[in-house]
Amino acid sequence: MKTMKNIFMACAFAAFASPAIAGGDALKIGMITTLSGPAGYLGADVRDGFMLAMIEEGGKLGGVDVEILVEDDGLKPENGRAIAERFLERDEVEIITGVIFSNIAPVVAPLTLRAGKFYISPNSGPSIFAGKGCHKNYFVASWQNDTLHESAGINAQSLGYKNAFIMAPNYQAGKDALTGFKRFFEGEIVDEVFTQLGQTDYAAEIAKIRAAKPEMVFQFLPGGMGINFMKQYDQAGLSDEIPLVLAAPSADINILRAVGSAMVGTANSAHWNHDLDNEANKAFVAGFLAEYDRLPTIYASQGYDTARLIASALRATGGKVVDDMDGFREALRAADFDAVRGPFSFNNNHHPIQNWYSRVVVEENGEFRNKTIGTIVEGHADSYASECKM
Amino acid sequence: MLNERHLGKVIVLVLLWLLILPWILDFAGSSYLISTAARIVIFAIAAISLDLLIGYTGLVSFGHAAFLGVGAYVVGILSFHAYEETTFLGLTGTLSGLVAIPLAVAMSALVALLIGALSLRTKGVYFIMITLSFGQMLFFLFVSLEPYGGDDGMMMFEGRNTLPLIDLNARFTFYYFCLACLVLFYGFCQLLTRSKFGRTLKAIRQNEARLSSIGIQPYTAKLLIFVIAGAGTGLAGALMANHTEFVSPSLTHWTKSGDLMIVVILGGTGTLLGPVLGTFAFLLLEEFLPVFFDMLGLDMMKEHWRFVFGPILILIVLYAKTGIYGMIFDKDAKDGGQDATDQKSL
Amino acid sequence: MRVGIGFDVTQLIIEQVLNGVQLGMFLFLVAAGLTLVFGFMDVINLAHGSLFMIGAYGMALFAGLTGSFFLGLLLSLPVVALCALLIEYLIIRPLYHRDHLDQVLATFGLILFINEGTTMLFGRTPLFLNVPDILSGTVAITDSFSYPLYRIMIILMGIMVALILWFIIVRTRTGMRIRAGTTNREIVESLGVNIQALNTAIFVVGALFAGFAGAMAGPLSSVEVGMGENLLILCFVCIVIGGIGSIRGALVGALAVGIFDTMGRAFLPDLLKQFMDNATASGIAAGLSSMSIYLLMILVLVFRPTGLFPVAKAG
Repeated sequence: MKTMKNIFMACAFAAFASPAIAGGDALKIGMITTLSGPAGYLGADVRDGFMLAMIEEGGKLGGVDVEILVEDDGLKPENGRAIAERFLERDEVEIITGVIFSNIAPVVAPLTLRAGKFYISPNSGPSIFAGKGCHKNYFVASWQNDTLHESAGINAQSLGYKNAFIMAPNYQAGKDALTGFKRFFEGEIVDEVFTQLGQTDYAAEIAKIRAAKPEMVFQFLPGGMGINFMKQYDQAGLSDEIPLVLAAPSADINILRAVGSAMVGTANSAHWNHDLDNEANKAFVAGFLAEYDRLPTIYASQGYDTARLIASALRATGGKVVDDMDGFREALRAADFDAVRGPFSFNNNHHPIQNWYSRVVVEENGEFRNKTIGTIVEGHADSYASECKM
Repeated sequence: MLNERHLGKVIVLVLLWLLILPWILDFAGSSYLISTAARIVIFAIAAISLDLLIGYTGLVSFGHAAFLGVGAYVVGILSFHAYEETTFLGLTGTLSGLVAIPLAVAMSALVALLIGALSLRTKGVYFIMITLSFGQMLFFLFVSLEPYGGDDGMMMFEGRNTLPLIDLNARFTFYYFCLACLVLFYGFCQLLTRSKFGRTLKAIRQNEARLSSIGIQPYTAKLLIFVIAGAGTGLAGALMANHTEFVSPSLTHWTKSGDLMIVVILGGTGTLLGPVLGTFAFLLLEEFLPVFFDMLGLDMMKEHWRFVFGPILILIVLYAKTGIYGMIFDKDAKDGGQDATDQKSL
Repeated sequence: MRVGIGFDVTQLIIEQVLNGVQLGMFLFLVAAGLTLVFGFMDVINLAHGSLFMIGAYGMALFAGLTGSFFLGLLLSLPVVALCALLIEYLIIRPLYHRDHLDQVLATFGLILFINEGTTMLFGRTPLFLNVPDILSGTVAITDSFSYPLYRIMIILMGIMVALILWFIIVRTRTGMRIRAGTTNREIVESLGVNIQALNTAIFVVGALFAGFAGAMAGPLSSVEVGMGENLLILCFVCIVIGGIGSIRGALVGALAVGIFDTMGRAFLPDLLKQFMDNATASGIAAGLSSMSIYLLMILVLVFRPTGLFPVAKAG
């Protein structure tokens, strides 16, 4: 018995002591992202886009040695919380990035900001941090959630639809989505339905759509949820009857690939597409294809832009983050880099001001893609900036 | 293998180790792990509560994690209303531990009374099913509480509960507070199980039919222990909420109830000390199997440690029923572990 | 919900009822095996949902390899049978005479093992399958309303399985032995019937039904780790409501749960929207309709403590 106790204690000591080994002088960045489950490819793309920027600089960002720690939150806020705690306390990261979903952000961001570190989101941009809740160390490099869907609303409006059936999962980003759509769509809302996050069977909702007979449907169902819905929508015979107008997350390459021809002709809107005609983007798409053997999604482009944003700031401060908070912050605000999406600048609330493009799903050589057909709006800012006191 | 006479000495040893643990961790430069140690201590309180039901009374409650949720949400909701400066049914929120924690325990006891009153009318597998359903109902209830985060849960923005004289936000203090709760609760349970009431419970586990024939109605005893176990787990839930400063319905998910049961079996049912050891073993395995595999260079297993843990669990259930406690002590056959021949479902 | 532009309530209700029946049939396919194992062998097998998942993954694997939905379906069945045989021999057999707590814990450990193993083989991204062309498309129910053919197939499959099981249990000698063994094991054993062979047969057949349901589920939604557990708890509710050991009970219970759950999800949000804002209504409605199933079970147990069609046990 004594031996067992001794072994027990010895193991405990050994195990406890090991994580304390310090790791070099490289700047540590923590990436908390969603790598598992139906939406896992979003996180994988953000990570891969981010890493591409580092690979291009030989493992550095802005000429500075960077060590990036990547962990999977599994779309669970409590996991995100535990990982953030570990990153901040055990690993002493200076920047946290990577959060995809807007139910994770309200847990990870406050923890990061309370610890006096920088939080830079490559995807999630919930409204709570865009207005009154804005913070000097909080930046969003992708979009404010609502604007993603405001662009769809503007698109639907200009396409001439008079009423719409709208649907999204019941969480912060879902609510932002429907709010954003309604802000710029002037037609009538026939019905507004919230589904469960992670729901796989949409038979009940499809029955409602069929019964309500709207002119169009707007849904925000990112990742696997979108794939399931679109397949069932097609199976129910509705894809030929009632058209959809979507925002980018509901029409990314993976969804197109999984759903197939049922989506051809669907209108959608985004702030980026692989066929955008600027130098940075052409290099990015080619580089991503060469490195990963697949076309990048918007998430990959956001990961890449986030890394290059951080790189530009590091270049300006000579690698200092926590040691020169004000300098790093100003450098971030300046956003002095060539974004692959085109014109990019930060608003006073640290959310982007950018263009939105209209796209349509096409089939090219047996592959399903989005083709850019025009610009919906230029220099669009989010609706919460005026409430932010910065 | 020791004789159970030495139980007292072992308990003192374990207690001593738990007392000096934070200092060791701090010295080793891993003070962040004190947080993990606190989590283990909290979970141990819940495990002891469940052992009162499974080990002593023979009640297999499969929805026990429900009380973790009740305790946690009482603390969380009070904190939320304190932060938002709004009221809940006319009551103002509060961050005071003197209000929140006892209230959490009281609410858990009340919920346990309601659930127990209905569930204890059934026996055997139906009892297992009905407690599972109540657990699920509470889970979906918490999920539906939109203002309190629903499925996503909510953060306690104001930090942990306040107590006079001590600051729970300090890592060391919080650990010792949890340890004090564990020690007090353990002591209470020891007294309880050694009393006449405790003997009634054991009699219920071994042969309920016989008890009724000599005129003792087991229902009241079962209800009482069910309420006590619920209250204890509610305390654990309140401490858990304070620990993570975050409450979410996942605390009530049926897999958490499964985890609690695993921990009790792992440690050794019907022993009180067993569940404490079992909690340590389980949570340490959870934290360090991945590290262990990493050290062995088996990178793939790091993420997939449950692949090894599943069979370990099966083997323990099939062949090492007396758990860790049974490995340390020579359990007296008279006192009886799980008696397989008497009844299929206790 | 705005009632107006050509809104047809009858059509909506018919469609939702069909959805409920389809879900019920799904649940029945899985619950049938569960109730037989539970009733005949008195073993609680939490890993029954894993067999559902193995069927789905097997189908995904073979459909991917052969390019054919039907071949995938056919080839997944032996895989499920093999896994069931292994599980029965290694894990279930030692559990026959153990108490329910041990069975719960051991099969819980089995779930962890199977789930993790599947993740290691297939990764964490769900697999998406397509309904084969023959089975895709819709069937016209009324002149304005049609329902997906694939879902109708599932309903028909469920009815077929119910009929097959009824025939076997009521009309054959084996069925008679099963019914007898569920009521009184010892007597059947003493009559010289090979109980062990029956045990294994029942377990494997139950597993096959579950695996088949899993394979059918693939094209409908997606194939992912953990898909079995969500279904499993609902199945337990079905068989407890119906009465453990009774196939008829499993069918009634499954249909009740399927329809209850679907109608709740379909109409509760609208009902609640009359009283509160949209998002809150949806959240509470989702919670309520999920809770309602368990409420139903608790109600049944209060009035009928052993379910609706209990199999009376002797001795």
